[in-house]
Amino acid sequence: MREFLSDKVQNIKPSGIRKFFDIVSEMKDAISLGVGEPDFETPWHIRDEGIYAFEKGRTFYTSNSGLLPLRQEISNYIKRTQQVTYNPQNEILVTVGGSEAIDIGLRAIINDGDEVIIPQPSYVSYAPCSYLAGGKNVFINLKSENEFRLTAQELENAITDKTKVLILPYPNNPTGAIMERKNLEEIAQVIKKHDIFVISDEIYSELTYKGTHVSIVSLDGMKERTLLINGFSKSYAMTGWRLGYCCGPDWLIKQMTKIHQYAIMCAPTISQYAAIEALKNGNEDVKIMRESYNQRRRFLMDAFKKMGLECFEPYGAFYVFPCIKEFGMTSEEFATKFLQEEKVAAVPGTAFGDSGEGYLRISYAYSLEKLKIAMERLERFVINLRQS
Amino acid sequence: MREQLLSIIEKNSRIGISELAVLLGREEIEVANEIKKLEEERVICGYHTLIDWEKTSIEKVSAIIEVRVTLQRGQGFDKIAQRIYNYPEVKSVYLISGGFDLMVTLEEKTLKEIAAFVSDKLSTLDNVLSTGTHFVLKKYKDHGTILDEVKEDVREVVTP
Repeated sequence: MREFLSDKVQNIKPSGIRKFFDIVSEMKDAISLGVGEPDFETPWHIRDEGIYAFEKGRTFYTSNSGLLPLRQEISNYIKRTQQVTYNPQNEILVTVGGSEAIDIGLRAIINDGDEVIIPQPSYVSYAPCSYLAGGKNVFINLKSENEFRLTAQELENAITDKTKVLILPYPNNPTGAIMERKNLEEIAQVIKKHDIFVISDEIYSELTYKGTHVSIVSLDGMKERTLLINGFSKSYAMTGWRLGYCCGPDWLIKQMTKIHQYAIMCAPTISQYAAIEALKNGNEDVKIMRESYNQRRRFLMDAFKKMGLECFEPYGAFYVFPCIKEFGMTSEEFATKFLQEEKVAAVPGTAFGDSGEGYLRISYAYSLEKLKIAMERLERFVINLRQS
Repeated sequence: MREQLLSIIEKNSRIGISELAVLLGREEIEVANEIKKLEEERVICGYHTLIDWEKTSIEKVSAIIEVRVTLQRGQGFDKIAQRIYNYPEVKSVYLISGGFDLMVTLEEKTLKEIAAFVSDKLSTLDNVLSTGTHFVLKKYKDHGTILDEVKEDVREVVTP
């Protein structure tokens, strides 16, 4: 038989997370700190709207761009939080999770050989999606001493005359890093100077524990050169509903809508109805969940301090990213040994790029009770390692 | 800090000062002082335990009683409420808007005792016009807690 697979797809490395998942799922009684989704169920009033939509027979396609009332609510939300206005008619597209927006955004922008700057450690799908679209990935290895923020100098160094897009992944998965206004202002200068485009993945925007999230689109001259990606998964605990959106210049949204229309048709209808309710009346739920995450974040930082584990204080998402370099093991060795000896699963930093070496991603999308047990085990593990 | 502190201890009154301080990102002494203040101001009125008596061998019957009262000059609802809430078997007394005036919840060992309380004590009060007694058959949720719920983590163990 002939070789039927494309070279491109075979060149993509399977996700490091997948590999680790296979090991963890064989251990029945392991505690996992490995998830990238909220532990809260979707707030009931949002689920109830979904049920109501089912009962009313809202089981058909919507327009390609998504329900207009939903796009209107998205527009209101961004106006409310970032003081930036997007026209719901032609500047907003409702997608299947933020992940679809990443994929089709890159596909709509990249020509073969265009360089895409990807700061790492970061979410696993940017590099493969860009590669599939024909992009040449240029990685910036973010540094712990900068709290894993992107600096203007680092960006400047990565730019060539082929650079087309910067992916800006903040608040960051896996590090929990955020970019504050002054950080964004510095990189915005560089972006405008070199005339490059930005894909800003702000899926964790509501989970910010130092001030409120600032989007790069709110800076002068950035709206017209940015695709803002967000969604309902993290903020409203709606991962399984598969619903996200993006906002950008009409010339880009128009082209992305073509890909979306041919590949997807439209985002799930029931989810869209539920999402309207989320944006209209979900603010209080977000506040409660955020406060709960923040308490767990403080608990973990305190636990690391007590066991002498180095970790910069992250102010976003629901991850902490402790440094394990003192133990002289790779992240993968550390994570595997930790899993085998203490039955706790945490994801090796290298699953998010080479610069994650020496770090561990610990998710705090877990109850305090669970985190307490896990930290007791981590402390014991760390003490044993130091003694051996 | 106050609002967050209260929302934590409303759900978990057994939490220690040092843990509270970590969760709130405050010094222990600040938290201890704030709790003391809240107790003095009677914002914190007690540290109770939510018990599902159904699951024990101890018999308890509860009832919710609607009470309609008549007011006399110089005597408001507070006075009547006091006459009712002084009985130790009365668990709560609320002043209610709508079709009746006071909602009284009662807990006793038997149905008979509740009946006796209503007919002998409550109904005979001068200001009480009428009562309507509703016996509780089953408690599903109390103080924001679903009594029979055991939540399982159904998420995949590792996701990006």
